[in-house]
Amino acid sequence: MRPTARPRWRWWIKLRRNPVGMLGAILVALAMLVAVGAPLMAPREPTKQNLRSRMMPPAWHAEGDVTFFLGTDQLGRDLLSRLIYGARISVVVGVLGVLVAMVVGVALGLISGYAGGWVDTIISRIVDTFMSIPFILLAMAVVGALGLGKGSGLLTLVIVLGLTGWVTFARVVRGEVLSIKERDFVQSARSIGQTDLWILLRHILPNVTASIIVLSTLQIATVIIAESSLSFLGLGVQPPTITWGVMLAEGRDHLATSWWLATFPGLAISLTVLGAILFGDWLRDVLDPRMKL
Amino acid sequence: MIKFLFSRILQMIPPLFGLTIILFVLLRIGGDPVAHLVDPEASVEEVAKVRAAYGFDRPYHEQYLRQLGMMLAGDFGDSFRFRSPAMPLVLERLPATLELALASMLVALIIAIPAGLLSAIYQNSWLDLFVTVGSTLGRAMPNFWIGIMLILFFSVQLRWLPVSGRDEAASIVLPAITLGSSIATTLARVLRSSMLEVLRQEYIVTARAKGVSQGMVIMHHALRNALIPFVTVFGLQMAWLLGGAVIVENVFAWPGMGRLILASVQVRDLAVVQAGVFVFALVVMVTNLLVDLSYAVIDPRIRFR
Repeated sequence: MRPTARPRWRWWIKLRRNPVGMLGAILVALAMLVAVGAPLMAPREPTKQNLRSRMMPPAWHAEGDVTFFLGTDQLGRDLLSRLIYGARISVVVGVLGVLVAMVVGVALGLISGYAGGWVDTIISRIVDTFMSIPFILLAMAVVGALGLGKGSGLLTLVIVLGLTGWVTFARVVRGEVLSIKERDFVQSARSIGQTDLWILLRHILPNVTASIIVLSTLQIATVIIAESSLSFLGLGVQPPTITWGVMLAEGRDHLATSWWLATFPGLAISLTVLGAILFGDWLRDVLDPRMKL
Repeated sequence: MIKFLFSRILQMIPPLFGLTIILFVLLRIGGDPVAHLVDPEASVEEVAKVRAAYGFDRPYHEQYLRQLGMMLAGDFGDSFRFRSPAMPLVLERLPATLELALASMLVALIIAIPAGLLSAIYQNSWLDLFVTVGSTLGRAMPNFWIGIMLILFFSVQLRWLPVSGRDEAASIVLPAITLGSSIATTLARVLRSSMLEVLRQEYIVTARAKGVSQGMVIMHHALRNALIPFVTVFGLQMAWLLGGAVIVENVFAWPGMGRLILASVQVRDLAVVQAGVFVFALVVMVTNLLVDLSYAVIDPRIRFR
């Protein structure tokens, strides 16, 4: 038998044994890397127009040009550079949207499960209501009410994603709290007179962390798709800010002539989301195999 | 049965109320609601008159009750874009959306049931691997992108099917495949795992031991029991499917409610947005009710309580 690794490396050994989880981790890491290192990686300025080389096909085409590796759009902007910069907003919005949803959802889930009684009833009814409205419609109602706002629309988008994503966290956390609060260590903490807030934060929250981590990873996948859908419909990030959803919307208008404009942004979204899903599934199997999502 | 139906309909009431509250709040946080009702050049007196006429000068709880009454009567106010009541405009588009949703469900079932069944029966085969990989990829691809790729291939390259609209019968093929395949992946996965679960049960072993043919065991003994979790997930996917319809309608210029709502959001025609969201949510709730009722057809053991 191999000597037991130090605990902090154990997850790495587990990950190495699981090629599918590894693939997910690599894809996620790649997306992060591209998002952070965009200025270093992009071969050209993403917003630089070059009217002489409009609608150039990718390099492997006969009319292609190696310096515009994935081709150019209707304004002669380099598609590859735009994809690389697009990763930034997509990843940032994905992470922010999940964070907002997580904070709200976990707080309400903890309160709902721990307090019980009418508090639980009210929060559960709110959760039910949000679940009966398809996400995209709620997003439309919110954008309709708030307007697209000025600037890039990022703030509205994060609000919308948080407002629609908290339900999943609240539901899962509530369910877990319901069973944890009956366990002996919570009962004894209560019997020695610890306050409810202390019990929630110190005894219950650490026991739901695994679920929260798994759920967050999987929610990033959902949120990236949601962001791209909203931006695609013109309700999210506004051009000239670059996201993959915005690029797809622009590419759709040129389907008949330039297939690459709509194809590659979709591929980028799919690979990133695939990474988050595979990594999230693997995390679930490692951290909390009983969890049903 | 009637008792069950009744209590199930009662259960729809709290979320429906919740929805009216959400819509009420949304209408207020977006700024002064009167601003949407009057001409931008209207005088102060005119604005005050409209404000009083709609009751916007009353306390919030009175405003809410008033608006609740109007919503339940189907009155969401007038669309300023069409200069006519919002609700009929939305209902006019309902059939197109339902048509798309039904066609998509059909596509989803046609893909998911054979895929789920075969991958469970031939577990760990190439076919199983194919279904598993396919359903994972399907989870990762945004449905509007699938739609665009289908247009690119079948309409632009092959010229087999129309790009958009609802003018001919073939128009529905691509939207329905786009929307249907997006839930088929989840459904196939659920059916596969519940079939695997059921096939391990003792009564299946007994049936096989008695010499019941493979086809009979699968269709009669196993599938029926495996369908229960399948139907549950199918019901849960309806909200997702109808939400997806909003996006897919816009990809294919399908003239349903989703397209109307989006166009209204863009010009902030709030009456139509609110009426549309309300009707959409109602459709989701009614669909969930129908799914619950369908348990009885599949499994007589489930007594309605």
